[in-house]
Amino acid sequence: MNQKREVKIQAIENGIVIDHITPEHTMDVVKILNLTGEKILIGMNLFSEKMGKKGIIKLDDKKLADEELNKIALVSPKATITHIENFEVIKKLKVEVPDEFIGIARCPNPKCVTTLQPIKTHFYTMKKEPMMLKCKYCEKVFDKVSI
Amino acid sequence: MGFKNKHIISIDELSKEDVLKILSTAAELEKDQRPVLDGKVLATLFFEPSTRTRLSHEAAMLQLGGRVLGFADPSATSGKKGETLQDTIRMADQYADIIVMRHYMEGAARAASEVSKVPIINGGDGANQHPTQTLLDLYSIQKTQKKLDGLKIAMVGDLKYGRTVHSLAKGLSNFDCELMFVAPEELQMPKYVLHFLDENKIKYSFHKKIEEVIDEVDILYMTRIQQERFIDLNEYEKVKDVYILKKEMLINCKKNMKILHPLPRVNEIEYAVDETPHAYYFEQAGNGVPVRQAIFCLVLGVKK
Repeated sequence: MNQKREVKIQAIENGIVIDHITPEHTMDVVKILNLTGEKILIGMNLFSEKMGKKGIIKLDDKKLADEELNKIALVSPKATITHIENFEVIKKLKVEVPDEFIGIARCPNPKCVTTLQPIKTHFYTMKKEPMMLKCKYCEKVFDKVSI
Repeated sequence: MGFKNKHIISIDELSKEDVLKILSTAAELEKDQRPVLDGKVLATLFFEPSTRTRLSHEAAMLQLGGRVLGFADPSATSGKKGETLQDTIRMADQYADIIVMRHYMEGAARAASEVSKVPIINGGDGANQHPTQTLLDLYSIQKTQKKLDGLKIAMVGDLKYGRTVHSLAKGLSNFDCELMFVAPEELQMPKYVLHFLDENKIKYSFHKKIEEVIDEVDILYMTRIQQERFIDLNEYEKVKDVYILKKEMLINCKKNMKILHPLPRVNEIEYAVDETPHAYYFEQAGNGVPVRQAIFCLVLGVKK
């Protein structure tokens, strides 16, 4: 008999739900969005029909601009963002990979000047799917960067 | 590009028109060495040793009437005391009109250009860029072949780790040419360069031996194969003598064919080759002076 697998997470009145987060990067999303002091509900390694496993973050009483939210595309390009008001979904969209990422990721190249000098990293998105990022400084192209 | 006050960081940022402007200015300056840089000061900031690049830039400046200051030993700088690179640049730009720098960290010249009030010329940043080397290579090709289009150019040796060949391949993609890559499999041209060439519709081919290409090329660009690049030393032993250019290999080559090498040359070009009319590697090094003079004059607005 098929059992319906449900995840019971408290609904939020006003805020943002970030769903379909690449499961191993759930906490990276928290870091990227600089969520300190906010009321957050985090679900990690939850069942997902689409992805197998996923992460979810619910932000209570928080507004974030799409531009800010799109930064999470660095670690979770398939994430979805739902804006909630009065328990109602007012906007739902997929994360859009921005054209550049500034000050978020670390350059994997140990010889890049950003690893030894206090210089913000800066990556250009060369390709969105699969994601390929070029470091502005060392000019190397990567398919994966860490936060 | 309008050159005045521009930084020269990466060959990727120079268009075909920019390259041709630099080369034509270099040709002009070779014939006219008036002291047009009188009153200008060049700072050479070499965080990594390089005698040839540094002396070439310094000669370029001095010969046109300018002056030079700087350092060639990073242990003499405040970097030792913990001063950041960008703070060092913020200091140096108070004393000079133009800065040439070499650094072991990739992207260092770019980082410097973001804070410097004067133009930064990248004299080499790790394994990343060395744009003036590429420009003098292109100048050498143009000077000897009287053109940059319609040429067959072979690159030989360590194409995987060779900064100069990556950059030269990219510089040549501005022109209509055919490239031949002669290297052992583990040292062939990396994918990101091939991808760049594909995007620019440049024809290229792969070869295992110099003999396969030498009779049809206009330019033979030699580089050294280094033992330390090989994980398996047996593989190094197999190839170390395969990529040595010998005089007898030149018997049927084209009359106009020239041999280039970024130097220093170790054993990859036999000394007997030096006496042939095809050897051009020392003149190539000498071409660094007019090319660097052209860059100085253009970015300082002395030439337009």
